[in-house]
This record gives sequence, C-alpha cells and structure tokens, in this order.
Amino acid sequence: MPAMKKTREGFGRALLELGQTNPDIVVLVGDLTDSTMVSFFAKEFPERFIEMGVAEQNMMTAAAGLSLVGKIPFLATYGAFATCRCADQIRVTVCYSDLNVKIGGAHGGISVGPDGATHQALEEIAMMRVLPNMKVIVPCDYEETRKATLAAADVWGPVYIRFGREDVPVVTDPSTPFELGRGLTLRDGGDVAIVACGVMVYEALQAAEALAKEGIEARVINIHTVKPIDRPLLTQAAEDCGAVVTAEEHQIHGGLGSAVAEVLVRTCPVPMEFVAVNDRFGQSGKPAELMAAFGLTSTHIIAAARQVLTRKMARSY
Amino acid sequence: MTRNNPFRFDLDQLKLKALDLRRDIITMLVAAQSGHTGGPMDFADLASALFFHEMVYDPRQPKWPGRDMWFFSMGHVTPIHYSALAEAGFFPLKDLMKFRKLDGQLQGHPSSLDTPGVEVSSGSLGQGLSIAFGAAYGSRMDSHPRRVYALLSDGEHEEGSTWEAIMAAGHYQLDNLCAVVDYNNIQIDGHVEDVMGLAPLGDKYRAFRWHVIEIDGHDMKAVLDAFEEARNTKGKPTVILARTVMGYPVSFMLDKYEWHGKPPKPEEGERALTELGTTYAQWADRLLKN
Repeated sequence: MPAMKKTREGFGRALLELGQTNPDIVVLVGDLTDSTMVSFFAKEFPERFIEMGVAEQNMMTAAAGLSLVGKIPFLATYGAFATCRCADQIRVTVCYSDLNVKIGGAHGGISVGPDGATHQALEEIAMMRVLPNMKVIVPCDYEETRKATLAAADVWGPVYIRFGREDVPVVTDPSTPFELGRGLTLRDGGDVAIVACGVMVYEALQAAEALAKEGIEARVINIHTVKPIDRPLLTQAAEDCGAVVTAEEHQIHGGLGSAVAEVLVRTCPVPMEFVAVNDRFGQSGKPAELMAAFGLTSTHIIAAARQVLTRKMARSY
Repeated sequence: MTRNNPFRFDLDQLKLKALDLRRDIITMLVAAQSGHTGGPMDFADLASALFFHEMVYDPRQPKWPGRDMWFFSMGHVTPIHYSALAEAGFFPLKDLMKFRKLDGQLQGHPSSLDTPGVEVSSGSLGQGLSIAFGAAYGSRMDSHPRRVYALLSDGEHEEGSTWEAIMAAGHYQLDNLCAVVDYNNIQIDGHVEDVMGLAPLGDKYRAFRWHVIEIDGHDMKAVLDAFEEARNTKGKPTVILARTVMGYPVSFMLDKYEWHGKPPKPEEGERALTELGTTYAQWADRLLKN
C-alpha cells in the first residue's frame, strides 16, 4: 500500500505557510473551518481569518471586495457550494472583473462518500473551466495540493482549486516540479496516453503498471491544471501514442476529458476514451465502493485503454 | 494628498451639478436609443452629493490607494454612474455619446476592465453590498480611513444575497460602510410593494443591527446631512433610505415604472430636455466638445 494523506490538508498547510510569508493573505470560510482544514490558518492568524457563516454567495463577493483593497483572499467551502451556489457571483463579480479571488473547493468528487450526492462535487470543473479569466487546478495528492495553493497566491486572478475529503495515495514529493499550466509526464510509453487529474492520477499509474505486464506501454500524464491546459504536452502525447484515455473524478461532460478533446480534435485527432462519471448523480456509500461502482478505478482505465487501442489498430489498417 | 472630495461643492453648486447629470443622462440615452432612464434620473441628487461633495478620490488616478470606494450594485442605473464619472473627470464627456455602442468603452452595464472609476463590473443584482462588505472589512483590517459606499436599489432587496450581506455587515459592525438605497418603490414589473412587499425596510435594517437614516432623496440638504451622520456613526453600518421618485423631475416620467428600462425616443428626449432647460442639440454639443 502506498503512503496516504489528505489533499485538503495540503490546502490547509499551504495557507498556514502563506500566512507566515505574505501579510496580504486573508482566509474566509463558510462554517466549515475544520473540515476544509483552514483551521491551521485560523488558529495562527485570527485577525486575517473571517467566518462568513452559511452564506456562500456573500462570502464569494466579499472575497472580491477584499481583493479590491489589496488582499489575497482564499475562501473555503465544499466545491459543490463554492461553485454551483455562487455561479453568478463568480461569473459577474469575480471573473468578469478579473479579481484576485482564490476558491478552495473541498470535498470534490464521489469519494466524499456517505454524505451522498448533494455534497459530492462532480460538475464544478466544467462550471469553472467555462468562465473567462478563471484558472482551474485539480491536484493529485497532498503535496501537489500544497504546491497548487502556493502557486495560486502567486498568480493574478481567479483560481479554483479542487481537493478531496479522504486520504489519497501519495504520488508526488516535495521535489516534484509544479508549474501552473504545465502537465507532468509521470511515466513514459508510446502505445497509449493516459491523461488524468486528481486522485485518478494514482489510478492511472496503477493501470499503466498492469498494462505493462501485457506488453502495453502507457504514458501517464498528470494534468493538474485543467485550465489553462498544457496543449503542447497533450499534442505530443497524441502524436507519439495515437490513442488517449482521460480519467477524472467528475462528470463525463465538460471536465478534463472534454478539455483534452477540445485540444486534440484540433491539433492531433486520435481515438479517445473517457473514464468519468457517466452523467448521473452520486450516492451514499464508502469511498472505495463508490469509486468502483461509478467506474473510477484502475480497472476501468485498463478497460478503456484496451478499447481505445482496438480503435487505434482498426484505424491503422 | 489630503482626504477631501476634489470638488467640495456647496448646496447650490450641487443642485446645478445634479441638473447637469440629468441632462447628460437624457442626452446619452437618446443617442444610444437603449438603456435605463427612470432610476438614473432619480438618483442624480444623491450622485451629485456623493461625487461632488462627499467622497474622497482623485479622478486623475482612479486607483489612488487613499480613495473611498463606491459600488453601484444596481448596475442598470449606469447612465448616472457614467455621467458622474465623466463630469468628475475620469474620462471625457464625449464618451457618454458612445454609451452601449460597439466602438465605445461604456458597456450597457458597467465593466471595470473597460471603464476607469468602475471598481467592479455589475449588472446582476444583489452583489454590490457583499463587495462593499469585503472592501470595508479589508480597509478596517488595515486601519485605512476609507469609507465604502454601496448604492442599492430597493428591488434588489428581493435577492437573498443582499440579506446575507446586511446580516454580515451588522454582525461585524462595519461603521466604515454606508449603504444608500434608491427607494423609488419601482422595479421592472411595477411598484415594489406590489411585486414583493418590502416595507418596513427601515425596521428590517434595524433588526439586522444597522443605523438607519430615512430622507427625501431629492432634498440636497437632507442628503448631505445624512452622509455626515453616517460618517459620524460608530459601531454600526449605516443605511440611508432615500425616498425618490422615478424619473424625477421630468413630468411625464414621474413614478412611471414603464420608464425603468427604456430610453426616451428622440421627441421624448427633447421634451425632457426642454423641462431641464436645454435642448438635445445644445447638450450633445456640450458633451461632444469635452
């Protein structure tokens, strides 16, 4: 078993670090201080921590106001509420005005578990990605979430960072490079490219290992920044491999898979398969059970890889 | 730079400036043949007081860090916002003649990336008070003497998010925050009281821990006194409920909700401008030459 750690803790730790180095960092929370792990910051910097209560729309727009007076506001709530509930505030006030608001979306994906569909954010990558000026980061593990949060503070403009509830496998370490907008090739291979974000990066690596035993060499690419997306890296992968599988803990429509397809259909169209939630709402259950039931495991990635390889072969004859 | 309004107009000068603003509004709307008339007209006295007496800013440096901040939450009244900005010198008056046009900078609802003096884009209601809350909260964190003004319509109190902001500002006792409600009792579909009963608005704000001042929004002396009272009120945010009459003072627009969202046709504009003591040709000429 790999080492396990929570992505939300990476968010919380990074905010604490930022608080120590940058006096302009301000954190707002919507009655979820402990579960979004902004509690580290709240304890250390109470004068820069603002409890907004269960009023996400006001929190989002208040963050916009704070950015206007020179603060760098990070707000934290569950991804489902941060985005869907505040969509208009994000669109008109934050994005149209290009304000320096950083949105921490906790409890992303089906792996939220027993809380069920209302709390399992499965649409917000699509919703945030479509907005001009917005950047979208879906880190794969604790360390990457930490780095993504630090990077968000360094770049001007709205950023959405999505992270999860559960302990997830450690894939990267402190020395792994992180650059906003640049994907990472975690494993080389020329038969098929598996492009993943979030916790599905680990599943992609597992799938690649299993495929290698069958003689299939899969390239694994971690696209932590879904927007702006790394077009050159994806195009190169499609050119080299001729087949692409995407994997994400999100609805099949509008997320990472769509973003990758939007690039490749113009630069290098190749057969593609999507591992994602198939246009349905989540439900209660244990995280691992749900990942399996909703088709989000390495087994599903392997099946998708075989399928896309069949299509690739059919094309070449 | 001292913390003063760049004009410090007296009562008579403010009344004359309000008249200029109203002439600007009618003229730019006739030129655009699109836009909102009634609300911008009735807000002109309040805008005159804010921009030419009360607020601290530097039109040559819109982002001057010492400035007060104002947020037109009711983005649709932007003709009064633009005319006040232009009259104050943020951009040339002639730009008003390109309101809502492709080759102009003045969007139908204000866009902060296009127009100097506009802090945040607005047009979707119920957000300005939350923005003002954030700006006021952040200013207080820095012990900045800035005052923050949220300019709200009565109708947008139907938006739940407005009440989230009212609750938060009262809770955090933001006395550097002043909300101004253009209480003309009109929204697109009719009188506010008929569409969605709002009264007693003063009591509602008081229940949410605000200081409430109720005035006639066309009485310039009362307007100035209210802003002064707001400035001197400590430990609570202040809301000024300014009773206004939509379309004021143009006779055929008074209290007519039909004038919420349409521009005057050229002949209607001419009639309105006659009542305001000028003509379209004369006023358009003034705008285009400045």
